[in-house]
Amino acid sequence: MELFVNQILAGISTGAIYACMALAVVMIYQAIDHLNFAQGEMAMFSTFISWQLMQWGVPYWWAFLLTIAISFAGGILIERLLFKPLAKAPVLTNVAGFIALFAIVNSVAGLIWDFTIKQYPTPFGSSPFLGSQLISTHQAGMIGVTLLMLVGLYLFFQFTRIGLAMRAAAALPESARLVGINTSWMIALGWGMASAIGAVAGILIAPVVFLEPNMMGGVLVYGFAAAVLGGLTSPLGAVVGGFLMGVFENLAGTYIPAVGNELKLPIALALIIIVLVFKPAGLFGRAIVKRV
Amino acid sequence: MTAMLNVKDLRAYYGQVQALHGLSFSLNEGSLTTLLGANGAGKTTTLRAICNMVRSTGAIEFEGAPLSSKSTENIVRLGIAHVPQGRGTFTTMTVEENLQLGAISRTDKAGIVSDIERMYEHFPVLKERYTQQAGTLSGGEQQMLAVARALMLRPRLMLLDEPSFGLAPLVVRDLFKILGKINREEKVTILVVEQNAQLALELADQAYVIETGRIVMSGNAKDIANNEDVRKSYLGY
Repeated sequence: MELFVNQILAGISTGAIYACMALAVVMIYQAIDHLNFAQGEMAMFSTFISWQLMQWGVPYWWAFLLTIAISFAGGILIERLLFKPLAKAPVLTNVAGFIALFAIVNSVAGLIWDFTIKQYPTPFGSSPFLGSQLISTHQAGMIGVTLLMLVGLYLFFQFTRIGLAMRAAAALPESARLVGINTSWMIALGWGMASAIGAVAGILIAPVVFLEPNMMGGVLVYGFAAAVLGGLTSPLGAVVGGFLMGVFENLAGTYIPAVGNELKLPIALALIIIVLVFKPAGLFGRAIVKRV
Repeated sequence: MTAMLNVKDLRAYYGQVQALHGLSFSLNEGSLTTLLGANGAGKTTTLRAICNMVRSTGAIEFEGAPLSSKSTENIVRLGIAHVPQGRGTFTTMTVEENLQLGAISRTDKAGIVSDIERMYEHFPVLKERYTQQAGTLSGGEQQMLAVARALMLRPRLMLLDEPSFGLAPLVVRDLFKILGKINREEKVTILVVEQNAQLALELADQAYVIETGRIVMSGNAKDIANNEDVRKSYLGY
């Protein structure tokens, strides 16, 4: 029983990271109808920036905030330079753009910081959380920061005018322009926010998977699986999908002997296929009530 | 009276296809003008060209300033509200959010709050449903919402693309009554594109008739309504 609870809690804490990645993926998908394959690499690069800042002596939380700001600006810059010109291009052109971005970011990170594995600090420590053996303080911190960010995003989209404008631009670009919204900048803003959310995910997971240019590969696949499971059109779905994915992954690895640690990743891929075949809209996918 | 909107030699294109062939007309400040024509005559294209949503050449001036180099959102911000064909309702958002979106380019918070209240007075049915998803409203209610959303901009000019489309005759009468009231009381200049020529001519004071991308007739709405050709082609008697 304790093993079971332990696995669920551990699943929730890694699920928090999948939730962040899924959220970043959904934000860009909502804005431009494409999956950003480079989301993980962007998050990895952001994490390296925070590591570099700390190497230069910047305290952890300042490095954290600075990295988020830099990632936000970087996301906007990538959209303006690379994806705005591709806005009307066919799907495959965009996919090629994402793959190019993936390869470039990955190798540039390797070039600057090389491919050796680096330790990454945690501000939460790794002692048992509240004296319990089930979950460490870092895992609890991961869950806490993720939940805080989610509440912040919810408040932003629900109660601010710019959040409302972003939702309108994603839902119906033409109508949004007709009420005076600059939809092109709303897309750029979505990129900036997705990039900042990814940075948080990278910084939180780095103490667990260690810092290196390929650290986000697996995480992004889980993030995609979470986004598909929750429904690519629903931020809430992405988050729930992320937590479910984390728990599911851990339980499968523990209780299905054939899966073990090695086959956890194919589980995510299998889940993507199963969801797409049986419930393509995902658990929380857009169910618009329409009067006929 | 001065011309608020001046359109000269407007030509519009969808890819290789030319939809407007040198259209010229003007709207007087405070007028309620209707643009009549059959399917495919170019009515919708004319409205879309004014808001720069279709590739066009020619001169469009609003209060003396040219519009052709401006983006759609900046044209709207000058005070030109456009209710598109199909209403453009944000169906997944609530009625109240739709109204707030109409005022998204404004910064006067108190004014927005009082304008939303004013819209609920104009359209009581919207007040009853303000927390409801806009997609659940009936067609008539959605058209009311679209007009209310456009008014939230506090526009100087309002463009309406076939507001009567798909609505029951009684609902259309109500809607047109409200449009007349808005024109008189709020001094909003209105250009309404219609296939329902009879009602549109009753409502409007000026009228243009458009055929295959050209203006073929213009004048006082009453004279146009009495014109024999118009009666035969558009009014059916």
